[in-house]
Amino acid sequence: MRFVDEYRNKELIMAVAEKLKTVSKREIVLMEVCGGHTMAIQRFGLHALLPPTVKLISGPGCPVCVSSQHFIDKAMALSRLEDVIITTYGDLIRVPGSTTSLEKERANGSDIRIIYSVLEALEIAKNNPGKRIVFLGIGFETTAPATAAAIVQAKKAHLTNFFVLSAHKVMPPVMKALVEEGVTLHGFLAPGHVSAITGTSIYNDLASVYGLGVVVAGFEPADMMQAVLMLVEQIEAGTPMVEVQYQRVVQLEGNKMAQQVLQEVFELRDDQWRGLGNIPLSGLKIKNAYASFDAEWEFEVMVPESSEPKGCICGLILRGLKTPLDCPLFGKKCTPVDPVGACMVSGEGTCATYYKYRV
Amino acid sequence: MCLAIPAKVISVEGVSAVVSIEDVEYTASLLLLPDVEPGDFIMLHAGFAIEKVDPEEAALTMQLLLDMEKHRPEFN
Repeated sequence: MRFVDEYRNKELIMAVAEKLKTVSKREIVLMEVCGGHTMAIQRFGLHALLPPTVKLISGPGCPVCVSSQHFIDKAMALSRLEDVIITTYGDLIRVPGSTTSLEKERANGSDIRIIYSVLEALEIAKNNPGKRIVFLGIGFETTAPATAAAIVQAKKAHLTNFFVLSAHKVMPPVMKALVEEGVTLHGFLAPGHVSAITGTSIYNDLASVYGLGVVVAGFEPADMMQAVLMLVEQIEAGTPMVEVQYQRVVQLEGNKMAQQVLQEVFELRDDQWRGLGNIPLSGLKIKNAYASFDAEWEFEVMVPESSEPKGCICGLILRGLKTPLDCPLFGKKCTPVDPVGACMVSGEGTCATYYKYRV
Repeated sequence: MCLAIPAKVISVEGVSAVVSIEDVEYTASLLLLPDVEPGDFIMLHAGFAIEKVDPEEAALTMQLLLDMEKHRPEFN
């Protein structure tokens, strides 16, 4: 496939790996904060190609994993309403809530449909005028503009039965929160497709205020190795800055149209992250002008106090403080077939990728 | 979740396009990226085109990698 296969060329990847070995002197820790990167690192075994001086850890880049237990429980409560059809991206339905999961609710008769694009939810709304359609909005800046565009379309089409339960989040506050919490880090591999939407200025503080290297990386193995090399070169030279390795897709100013629709529909609010707690101005709330599409306004459901699964260290893993191998449940009580926590559910969760490629 | 795949634009009609990935055709909404033409490559994410792939930038990145391979140090 063009723009994919050529970045999987073994000779190129090994050439970068060898250069990395000659350049890297200091012991450093780099974090990737995109589930797609987590998957690629494990899938292509990139850890094995890094010099011993470079430690690569996974951060909170998997939307399914970071969605709060309260959000999952609320989705479950909505799914039990007679006239509601829940629409969602795939992985979310398997996340264990405090007492059950959407998958189990579906087995009990709730109408829960997995969709590939939020536009399918609009079609379902048009075709089911007697039902209320709730889309579970998860994802970062890459995905949130699609939800925003769908809400604008719903308004244009005068739909009155389409609602979004937003757990959309933005990346920069959580990256800063991790640094302020004291997680030892020298640089970030920044998420390529988030950056395609936002542009690169969202990372400027990380370099100028916190002195961290930031390189926006693509998703193929040669991309990621090159991005690691760029970070190592910055850090060795003592000049941390924001750079883009993924130049073929990411423009410095991002996708203006997507930014506009995002700002039209959403505003920032404080939000809950699994394992990280409340992070100021890290979530996206539907603006009042579009409140008639906000499931938070439309529905009043009682959600019992949420509880995290016992023994699960997903939260520590999301902060890069532990790896799945540190968890007593990993691979024993907690597997992709029967997951205990969210990090094992999503295909891009750190636990699920470890299980798939390392066990 | 933020997965996006390069897809070639086959045809454009209004705010959507027919795109091809490995000869399989998909529909891509152009609500977030209106200015595309047949022959362009776009990144397809959850049914939406989110950005174009710039072939010139791709060639530059590839050249950097090829240079690194050319100047690869000899290891025993």
